[in-house]
Formats: sequence, C-alpha cells, structure tokens
Amino acid sequence: MTRWAMTADLRRCVGCQTCTAACKHTNATPPEVQWRRVLDMEFGEYPNVKRVFVPVGCQHCEDPPCMHVCPTTATKQRADGIVTIDYDLCIGCSYCAVACPYQARYKTDKASFAYGDPLQSETQRRDDSRLSVATKCTFCVDRIDAGLAAGLKPGVDPAATPACVNSCIADALAFGDLEDPNSNVSQLLQKNQSFRMHEELGTKPGFHYLWDKADT
Amino acid sequence: MSGASGFGPNPWQQTSWDWRAAGNYICGGAGTGLLIASALIGTPAPASLASPDWLVFAGLALVGLGLMCVWLEIGRPLRAMNVFINPWTSWMSREAIISVVLFPAGLAAMLGFAGWLWVTAALALGFLYCQSRMLPAARGIPAWRSPWVSPFFLLTAACEGGGIFLLLGLFHRRVTPTLLIAFLVLSALRVLVWQRYRSSVEPSLALPAKRALDRAGQQLLLFGSSVPLLLLIAGTWLGGPVQTLLLALAGACAAWAGGYIKYTLVTRAAYNQGFALFRMPVRGVRDKP
Repeated sequence: MTRWAMTADLRRCVGCQTCTAACKHTNATPPEVQWRRVLDMEFGEYPNVKRVFVPVGCQHCEDPPCMHVCPTTATKQRADGIVTIDYDLCIGCSYCAVACPYQARYKTDKASFAYGDPLQSETQRRDDSRLSVATKCTFCVDRIDAGLAAGLKPGVDPAATPACVNSCIADALAFGDLEDPNSNVSQLLQKNQSFRMHEELGTKPGFHYLWDKADT
Repeated sequence: MSGASGFGPNPWQQTSWDWRAAGNYICGGAGTGLLIASALIGTPAPASLASPDWLVFAGLALVGLGLMCVWLEIGRPLRAMNVFINPWTSWMSREAIISVVLFPAGLAAMLGFAGWLWVTAALALGFLYCQSRMLPAARGIPAWRSPWVSPFFLLTAACEGGGIFLLLGLFHRRVTPTLLIAFLVLSALRVLVWQRYRSSVEPSLALPAKRALDRAGQQLLLFGSSVPLLLLIAGTWLGGPVQTLLLALAGACAAWAGGYIKYTLVTRAAYNQGFALFRMPVRGVRDKP
C-alpha cells in the first residue's frame, strides 16, 4: 500500500511564499484562494521574539472529518490517502469547510481575477465547475497519477511531485510514501522530531512538521 | 498570539455558515418541537379533510422554512438532490432523508388519518436528532464539539416547540395544566444542560466565543426560563382572558430564547481553533541541558 504524505521543516522554511505562488500557478486558483498557504507567526515580546513560517493547507487526514460529514460523497479518500473533491457532486453546502480543523477549504461563488478583467491565461484556464463548490489542495493528484503512469516516482521526480514541493527554495517541503521506509519523507521523519497539527482531534493528518533533529 | 493548545495565531470566526444555516436549526428545531408537542401534549383536535389540523401544518411549515434557508445557503441549489447520497456517515443526509418522509406523514396527520400524528412526531424526533448531531460532527469548531450539544438541541427544541404551542394557544385553546408543568420542567432542564455544555467547552474556546456564549446564556436564563416562569405564575394567578395572553407571551419568550442561542452557536460563537504549533523549531545551536 501507499500513503502519500508531506513534511514541512519549520527550521528551513523562510516564508518566501514561492510554494503558494507555484500552487496558484499550477492549479489556477482565483485571488484569495490559497490551497497552499504559509503562515507568518511571531511569538514573544521584544527582545525575545521568535518568528516561524508555517506552511498549511489540506492535511489529507487519515480520518478526514470533511469526508464523513459530506452529504453528497463529493469528498472522497483514495486508497493512497489523498482526499479529493468531485466538483460535479458537491452542492456547496460548506459543511466540510466548518468540519475541517485546518481551514483548508474554500468556496468561491463568483469568478474573480487578479486585475479585475481576466488576463488571457485566466480566460484560458477558467473552470466554472469550481464555482460555488468546495475546493482545496489535492496534493497535485493529477501530477502524481500522470507521473506514476509514466513510471516516475512522486517526491523524487519533479514531474510527479506536487508543485509546492518542487518550488520550495529551502528544501523545507518534501513529499513521498510513508509506507516506504526508504522514501524521503520516511527518512526525514526517522531523522527528525515531528508533530502534526491539532493531533488531539484524532484526524491523523498526512502533513508532518519537523522541528528538531531526532534525539540521539 | 497564543492559541488554546500551544503557539499559534488567534482563532477566527467561521464565515462559511451564516443566518441561513442557523435558520435551519432555528426553524427545524422549533417546527419538530411543535410537531412532537402537538402529538404528546395537545389533545388532538378532530381533523378532517374539511378542517385539517393546522398545528401540524404550522410545524411542517417551520421545518420547510428551515430547509428553504439551507437551500438558499448552498452554492449549487439545482443539485440539492445530491444531499441524499451519503446517509452512511453524514447527519445532513440523514436529516434530509427523514424530511422526505416527514412531510407526507404530516399531511396524512393533518387530514386526520388515525395514528399518523404519532408517526409524524416520531419522524420529527428523528429529524431533530439528526440535526442535533450535525454540529458535533463538525470537528473544526470547538464550540460545537461538546457531547452536550446534542442533548441541548433536543431539549431546546422541545422548549421552543412547547413555547410555540403555548403561543398558538391563543387560537387552539388546548393548553392544559399538564402542558404548563412539562413546559416549566423542560425550561429548567434546558438551563441546566446549557450550563453543563458551557462548562464542557470552557477550556477550548476563544475569548470572543466565550463572550458570545455567555451573552446568549444570560438571554436563555432570562427570557428562556425566568420570564416565562413569572408569566406563567402571573397568568395562573390572574386567570381569565389575561391568562391566555400571558401564557402565549411566555411561550414566545421561550421560543425566542432558543432561537437566539442557536443563532449564536452557529454563527457568533463559531470560532475555529486557529493553528497551533505543538513545538517551536530548534534553529542554530541547541541550548545546553
């Protein structure tokens, strides 16, 4: 079996938002919709201030609350762990949006464009099936499937890897198969200490945050 | 800056569900409560094809109004039929499926077919139960995750339905002492369960959510319990036509308080938990032990 997962090394992320831009470019999301976001967090008071950049988005949970509440079965989970949305089934009730503890879902009722009137690229890539329904990060599932069909390895070969991971300038994001002990994410999790967001809710996210090297 | 369970930005209010979603809980709860109250408490009036039971009609109309609110909320209203697809895990689907049976059953009850009022009440209870489970199933909002949400929704619906029954007592004249006692007991229970609910969510709530819930809780205590109690006492003491009026006012207060608190729960108190870092990244040289 395969379980696709992502790691974000909080020590490495510099908050450049290149992953956000790459995601928007790849998935043609409208303004104010960011399937891959990077939070800029500050803690403490001067002079003891810490700043952390935290990539967030759909966590592709093992036990996704968004899928359980969905009345239409539009939200599904594949055998490889990726949580998907069927835009043709979704009624846009937003139940999944309030069920998601990671604020990963968006619903856009009207087409909007970066500079008012649509640019040529926005016209070409306009997809009205994504209006008034829930949307979110797909782990670039089309790239993964096409890559696998071409004999490539997701997380290793860029053509089969999510765009955000490809674009990361600091190598903070990694993608791979958790079930493969030799995959990059398995190795990273073995060599580092990690946590998952809101783990107490029992959703078992497929997104791991690295924060320190493993204790020796 | 710090979240409830570690480091992270402050939670913010969800913007996905607004008054239209709240309308389903308010109208659906009150409507099903009225249907149940009509079956349990009110002596069924002799209904016939010529003179249908308009109390059942009022209950069904409220439920229908609530469903209409949801229909206005969804992004793709023409696909509304898809809501029935997932009864295996979704309480929204289950609620929708029961509503499909509820309306024909209610129609039969309205027209006076024997036994159908009880079938309608049972279906209304099922509808209400599904509705009460919808919020706790949404794990994104701490104020909804308490196991006390469901009992509170059931109880407040009973109070709202009983309250509307009292309000409509101006016309149907079916208010009995048994109803008044049951109404008072349910109102007191509602406040108790609310307090249990409020305690259960205290550790996980953002400050604005706490404030919103506390304001609504005060309204519940005042207009959902204290004022109706005083009005019932005054009405019983004064008697006559004033009694009917005061009882109706008590019922209206109880129903309003229930609606207000549900509106607060679904919208104003619905803050997410933000993002929380369980650990801060360790950069550079580690601190020596």
